[in-house]
Amino acid sequence: MSDILIDDTPLPKAIKGRSLWEDARRRLMRNPAAVASLYVVAILVLIAIFGPFLWVHKYDTIFRDSVAAAPTWDNMHILGTDTEGRDMVARLILGLGISLLVGLAATLVALTIGVTYGAVAGFLGGWVDDAMMRFVDVLYSIPFVFFVIVLMTVVTVPDPGLKLILVFCAIGAVEWLTMSRIVRGQTIALRKKEFVEAARASGARPMQIVFRHIVPNVLGPVVVFATLNVPVIILAESFLSFIGLGVQEPLTSLGRLISDGSRQMINAPWMLVAPAATMLITLLALNFLGDGLRDALDPKER
Amino acid sequence: MLAQAVRRLLLAIPTLLAIVAAAFVLMHLAPGGPFTKERQVPQEIEQRLEAKFGLDLPVEQQLLRYLIGSEESGGGLLRGDLGPSMAYKDKNVVDIIAEGAPTSAILGISAMILALFVGGALGVLAALRQNKAQDYLVMAIAIGGVCLPPLVIGPIMQLFFGVQWQLLPTSGLHRDEYGLRYLILPVLTLSLPLIAIISRLMRASMIEALRSNAIRTARAKGLPERQVILRHALPIALLPIVSYAGPALAGVMAGSFVIETVFALPGIGKQFVLAAQQRDYTLVMGVVLIYSFLIILLNLAADLGYRVLDPRSRT
Repeated sequence: MSDILIDDTPLPKAIKGRSLWEDARRRLMRNPAAVASLYVVAILVLIAIFGPFLWVHKYDTIFRDSVAAAPTWDNMHILGTDTEGRDMVARLILGLGISLLVGLAATLVALTIGVTYGAVAGFLGGWVDDAMMRFVDVLYSIPFVFFVIVLMTVVTVPDPGLKLILVFCAIGAVEWLTMSRIVRGQTIALRKKEFVEAARASGARPMQIVFRHIVPNVLGPVVVFATLNVPVIILAESFLSFIGLGVQEPLTSLGRLISDGSRQMINAPWMLVAPAATMLITLLALNFLGDGLRDALDPKER
Repeated sequence: MLAQAVRRLLLAIPTLLAIVAAAFVLMHLAPGGPFTKERQVPQEIEQRLEAKFGLDLPVEQQLLRYLIGSEESGGGLLRGDLGPSMAYKDKNVVDIIAEGAPTSAILGISAMILALFVGGALGVLAALRQNKAQDYLVMAIAIGGVCLPPLVIGPIMQLFFGVQWQLLPTSGLHRDEYGLRYLILPVLTLSLPLIAIISRLMRASMIEALRSNAIRTARAKGLPERQVILRHALPIALLPIVSYAGPALAGVMAGSFVIETVFALPGIGKQFVLAAQQRDYTLVMGVVLIYSFLIILLNLAADLGYRVLDPRSRT
C-alpha cells in the first residue's frame, strides 16, 4: 500500500505567487456574464469614440425634407429622424458618447473627492473624523436635486461644451458622499495594521502614509463602487436632462434623447425606442460587470 | 431603548439647524432671485419686493430672519412658521406643502409597501432556488428594474395600459371613490426600482442567513423547513432591508419629480423642482426641511426596528 504515498505528478518548478489582482482577474474571466458585458462595454465605447467619424450623417445636420421620418433605408436614416429632422443614428452615437463620458468623468470626480476625504478622515480619527463625517451626514440629508440645481445654476455658462463639464462636476460633487463613507470604514480597519506601523517607523509623513500605503489597499471596494456608480450617474444625468438642466442642444445624451422621445411617444415612437434600448443595454452591461467585479474581489469567495 | 430614541431626537435638532443653514447659504449662492424674471420688472418694484422679503440684507441676517421671524416674514422657523412663498403671491409655504404632501406621501408609502411585499417575496424565492431558473428570472427582473428608470417605464406603461388597451387612466388625480384607479400606474412605476433593489438585497441576505449556524441548529432540531425559514431565517434576513427601507421611504415620500410630471399629479416633488428653478427660497427651504426631518426620523425608526428584529441585540 506504499505506492499510494508516492505522488508521481511532477512538482511545479517554482510556485509563482499570485497577486490579489491577478487572482481577481482570473475569477472575473470565469464569470460568463461579466466577460460578455466586458465585451459589450468595450464595443459601446468603441462605437462612441469612432462612430461619429464613420457614420454617414453628422449629429447636427438638419434634413428639412425628412422631419420626424420613420426608420427608412432612404438616405440611410435607418433609425428615422427626430422632430428637427436630424438623423437618429448620429444623435444616438453622440448621446451614447456623452452619457458614457459624463458617467466616467463624474465617477472620477466623485472618486477623487471621496477617496481623499474618506481616507483622511479615517486615518486621522478622533474629533477630526467626527467633524468630517458629521459634515457628510448633513450633506446627505439635503436632497440630491436641490444640490445639483444649485450647483448647475451657480455658474452660468453659455457654451454647451463647458456646460457639459459643469454637469459632471455637479453630479460628481454629490456622489462622493457614499464613496467617502466606504473608504473611511476601510481605512479605519487598516489604520492599526503592521504595514502602516512600519511606514510610520520608517519616518513617513501622515499624508504620505494615507496616499502611498492606505489608498492602494482600499482600491478593491473602490473599483466595485465606481463601476456600479457609472450607471447611477447616467440615470442621474437623464433626470437632469428631463428637468432641462442637463446637456444642452445641439449636444445630447441618452437621457435627453429619452426625455425628448417620451414626449413624441405616440407620433414618433422610434425616437423613444432606440435610445431607451441603448440605455438599457449600456446599463445592463455596466451592472453585470460591476456585480462580476464585486464577486471577483470579494475576499469571502477566495 | 426609549431613552436612546429621545436622545437621538434631541440630537436631531442641531443637525436640522445645520442642514437649514447649509441649504440656505447654498441657495443664496446661486445667481438670480425670485424676482429676476425674463419679463423685466421696473427696478423700483423689484427693489421694493426684495426689501419686503429682506432679500437686500446680507445672507446671515436673512438666515436669522428666517429662523426667528420678523414682522413681514411671520413667526420664523423656530416657531413653526415656514414663511410666505416668494413665487406664489399671498400663499404660505405651509399651505403649499399641505396641498402637495398628501399626494406624494400616499404615492410613496403605497409604492414602498408594494415593493416590500413583492421585492421581499421575490428575493426569498430567489434565495431558496439559488442558481436555478427562478433565481435567474428574479435577478433579471431586478437588474431590469434598476436599468429602466421611471422616465422610460412611465411613458411606456401609459402607452400600453392607457392608450393601447384603455385599461387605466394615464394622468391626473381624483380624490373620490374612483381615485384609486388613478394611483395604480404611478405607484407601479415608482415601486419598480424599489422592488429591484429590495429583491436583490433580500436574496443576498437570505442566502447569508440560511448559511448561518443558527439555521443549521434550527434544522438539526428537526423543525419543519417552513418554520425554519419564516421564524428563524426571515427575521435575520430582514435586517438589511430595514436599514435600506428607512431612508428610501423618506426619498419616495418627499415626492418624485418624474412621476409627478409624467402622470400629472399635484405633489411636492414637482413643486420643489419648480421652486428651486424659480428661486422660491422659502418654499425650497420648507421642502428641504421636511425631507431632512423624514430622513432623520425614518433612520431612527429603522435603527429601532433593527433592534426589535435582531435576536443578537436582545437583552
